[in-house]
Amino acid sequence: METKLPPASTPGSPSSPGLSPVPPPDKVDGFSRRSLRRARPRRSHSSSQFRYQSNQQELTPLPLLKDVPASELHELLSRKLAQCGVMFDFLDCVADLKGKEVKRAALNELVECVGSTRGVLIEPVYPDIIRMISVNIFRTLPPSENPEFDPEEDEPNLEPSWPHLQLVYEFFLRFLESPDFQPSVAKRYVDQKFVLMLLELFDSEDPREREYLKTILHRVYGKFLGLRAYIRKQCSHIFLRFIYELEHFNGVAELLEILGSIINGFALPLKTEHKQFLVRVLIPLHSVKSLSVFHAQLAYCVVQFLEKDATLTEHVIRGLLKYWPKTCTQKEVMFLGEMEEILDVIEPSQFVKIQEPLFKQVARCVSSPHFQVAERALYFWNNEYILSLIEDNCHTVLPAVFGTLYQVSKEHWNQTIVSLIYNVLKTFMEMNGKLFDELTASYKLEKQQEQQKAQERQELWQGLEELRLRRLQGTQGAKEVPLQRLTPQVATGGGQS
Amino acid sequence: MAGVAGPGTGQGAAGGDGDDSLYPIAVLIDELRNEDVQLRLNSIKKLSTIALALGVERTRTELLPFLTDTIYDEDEVLLALAEQLGNFTGLVGGPDFAHCLLPPLESLATVEETVVRDKAVESLRQISQEHTPVALEAHFVPLVKRLASGDWFTSRTSACGLFSVCYPRASHAVKAEIRQHFRSLCSDDTPMVRRAAASKLGEFAKVLELDSVKSEIVPLFTNLASDEQDSVRLLAVEACVSIAQLLSEDDLEALVMPTLRQAAEDKSWRVRYMVADKFSELQKAVGPKITLNDLIPAFQNLLKDCEAEVRAAAAHKVKELCENLPMEGRETIIMNQILPYIKELVSDTNQHVKSALASVIMGLSTILGKGNTIEHLLPLFLAQLKDECPEVRLNIISNLDCVNEVIGIRQLSQSLLPAIVELAEDAKWRVRLAIIEYMPLLAGQLGVEFFDEKLNSLCMAWLVDHVHAIREAATHNLMKLVQKFGKEWAQNTIVPKVLVMANDPNYLHRMTTLFCINALSEACGQEITTKQMLPVVLKMARDQVANVRFNVAKSLQKIGPILDTDALQEEVKPVLQKLGQDEDVDVKYFAQEAISVLALA
Repeated sequence: METKLPPASTPGSPSSPGLSPVPPPDKVDGFSRRSLRRARPRRSHSSSQFRYQSNQQELTPLPLLKDVPASELHELLSRKLAQCGVMFDFLDCVADLKGKEVKRAALNELVECVGSTRGVLIEPVYPDIIRMISVNIFRTLPPSENPEFDPEEDEPNLEPSWPHLQLVYEFFLRFLESPDFQPSVAKRYVDQKFVLMLLELFDSEDPREREYLKTILHRVYGKFLGLRAYIRKQCSHIFLRFIYELEHFNGVAELLEILGSIINGFALPLKTEHKQFLVRVLIPLHSVKSLSVFHAQLAYCVVQFLEKDATLTEHVIRGLLKYWPKTCTQKEVMFLGEMEEILDVIEPSQFVKIQEPLFKQVARCVSSPHFQVAERALYFWNNEYILSLIEDNCHTVLPAVFGTLYQVSKEHWNQTIVSLIYNVLKTFMEMNGKLFDELTASYKLEKQQEQQKAQERQELWQGLEELRLRRLQGTQGAKEVPLQRLTPQVATGGGQS
Repeated sequence: MAGVAGPGTGQGAAGGDGDDSLYPIAVLIDELRNEDVQLRLNSIKKLSTIALALGVERTRTELLPFLTDTIYDEDEVLLALAEQLGNFTGLVGGPDFAHCLLPPLESLATVEETVVRDKAVESLRQISQEHTPVALEAHFVPLVKRLASGDWFTSRTSACGLFSVCYPRASHAVKAEIRQHFRSLCSDDTPMVRRAAASKLGEFAKVLELDSVKSEIVPLFTNLASDEQDSVRLLAVEACVSIAQLLSEDDLEALVMPTLRQAAEDKSWRVRYMVADKFSELQKAVGPKITLNDLIPAFQNLLKDCEAEVRAAAAHKVKELCENLPMEGRETIIMNQILPYIKELVSDTNQHVKSALASVIMGLSTILGKGNTIEHLLPLFLAQLKDECPEVRLNIISNLDCVNEVIGIRQLSQSLLPAIVELAEDAKWRVRLAIIEYMPLLAGQLGVEFFDEKLNSLCMAWLVDHVHAIREAATHNLMKLVQKFGKEWAQNTIVPKVLVMANDPNYLHRMTTLFCINALSEACGQEITTKQMLPVVLKMARDQVANVRFNVAKSLQKIGPILDTDALQEEVKPVLQKLGQDEDVDVKYFAQEAISVLALA
């Protein structure tokens, strides 16, 4: 078996699923902006779920499961399952209250029964169970009430039929976790199509639903070996669509949390498919606007990969540098945090490969006018392991950052940053005084050289521009008109340095 | 820039290579490799200049290989490169060498970032047209095939956009291959690729032979329209429009309609939304007979769909649908089969649905004529004018003119005037704004007397609205009214009221006086301006609020040209000079500006 899951922990409430712990995402600035935005007026709720029921039948309470002799148990169970397949309109909260109550009671009983009674799950009930679950949970999610739904700031749109839906999910979970559960029987019904629909539900805006789905998918992955590759592939499709097409999918954090534990169980050496997933899916996920919602889970996955196979480090760090945020300082702080997590586990042999581009980026962050970015970058020097790596590679790292640090130490508006930079420069001085002196001496010279280079560049482009004009004149000399039209455009274009 | 340097320059450049040695490729490549992204980007954006300096030969043999090899740059740089290369044919030596541009573009068409890929495909499509048929088969088609069988979804996605440009000019055998490749992309394992293929299906169908459309495109369409992912199915609806245009009515009925009917009742609201959204296009594509038999019932269902999103999309199409019905029997169909559903929508629970309807419902009056409008539509308009949602009211007001043409202003004003007067004081300023903008039209048609009686006080009240945009629009409105009703009317009804506001304790109202004078002076002419307005303006130069004072300066600058020289020299000049010494910098600035513009220095 190529992959194994960590032992599933005790089944329990969905709030503590048996997944590896992932720290909650940090708020960068520590206060919520929710209060700043006025709550939008709510539109009427909608759900596509109800419309498929045409002629509603009336439900009548059936006898309790525990009251019938064992011989009639399965026949009654099947009738109860059928009752639970009847759908109700929850948008109209007073419609058919009696029917809703009958179904709720039946679901409750089913949850109870499948969790505690042995010998209930025999082969013939599997199709009924899966049918009941499918009818209830699989639906086209309604359009979002708020097209610019921001999971960080807006209240989610809660599923109106939750009173029933929750019980169905609970039942599904207990069914999967029952000691009597036989994956070999269930796999006839829990197939690829089933899993695909399950994955689509992760887009639900209701966090309670996603929490259940997370635990359930984790169990499905654990129990149905034949579906594992398919689940991983469909997850990548969801992520790729999220990255490149929609930028909208509510369940990214939950899926990543499951993947974190899946990656944890990957056997070594890693298959190409898994490495590709890291490089082509997880790393590009960093480019998404709403990164803050799932960054903790994503960083966990990345670090898991690196702990499995250190040779991926260079790929990962270069990837992060490629997607480094250009305008979003909040994301920049997250990137710096993830980079420190990576550096915490980096092998010195890998560090050497990426030190130069990495520290050039760190230096750029130090020179950020946003002091939280600069501060976060400078904190790298408080990390003893990173400091030891810097010290061992002083000859490369110091020249990469010196110019920027030196300049920013004189220019940054924030005094805390300035004093932090002084500390860093002091550390460098103590580390290698000779190199430090050399760099200080050559700093001015380099600045002059830069200016000269800029001058030369300008001349080069001017020359090219003139050449271009001559060429144009050469070819179109006979035609006066287009030339006159061209000239002003050229003049504006040529002014660029 | 590239466009400027593009066609026509290539041949000449090839001839006159005199001073290439001045710019060794290494220097230029250094520029393209500069460590600073911004500088790299600048260099790439002037790639045509570099190519021109190198000449066509070295561009082909040195620059392009370099670009192909160093494709791993920032996406922003790659995007600029992809764009440049689309216009590069002239710079590599014309159509005979266009294929030299394919390798770098092929790499760009496989990168992860969507905008870069899309741009590369766009450039490839452009360049494909410059290939000779032989070059197309020798170079371009193989590229498409390579992309179509690439191992990552990005290249296969890009390939989807290239089939339709190379198909028409390919030979018979190659055509079959191209179709084969397209077929396999339509059933690709990756939904991203199926989506790309589905979105190009219509375009591809258009360049195919009719037989192939029937035997190959239709099955692909049917499959995509029943894909497991709704994101693919909805794209098939779009393709349906193009495919339907190509087929005869009988073929349509047999080959396409079953799938379209199914799409209109899809379990995913996104697909039904797409059907609603593309309804007019579908209607035109399938022709009148199928429209009556199939589309009208489908449309009725969409108008009462359970998702508001779908109802709103369908409501948006009501007018176009009705307009495009065949003239014969149109009125009956609308009255019997559409109007009942529209009546329901007027009291829909969702404001977006009502607002979508309100934006088009007025258009029905021209289609249904005066009698039906008064009897059936007017009650709906009135109901929507009183809707609780401001957007609905706004949409109705903004389209009043369509009804106006049909039933005449008298009729309109009698039924709608009470509602309009009410909306003039609406809590939402955008609604008030819409009403104001409608006022000159209304005034022109109602005549002076009626206007003075019913609407004049409204127009004056807007001048002291608490929203600046409304005050501004009200000022503009006054000017329009004066243009309609003439100077005398202005002098008697408008000007006195405006001038009284100059003494208002609120400086914003005092400024409104100035803004009105700016707007009215020209329409009122020299006499009124000099005798009535100027004294007030001059008096306001002593206002204690600096904003009023500098607006005095601005007003004087504005009305100066209308005044005669005496008034300018004797009255305006001293005041402006005094303002020119004001303690406030802005007042000084505008006073001095006025002095120099009016040449009073």
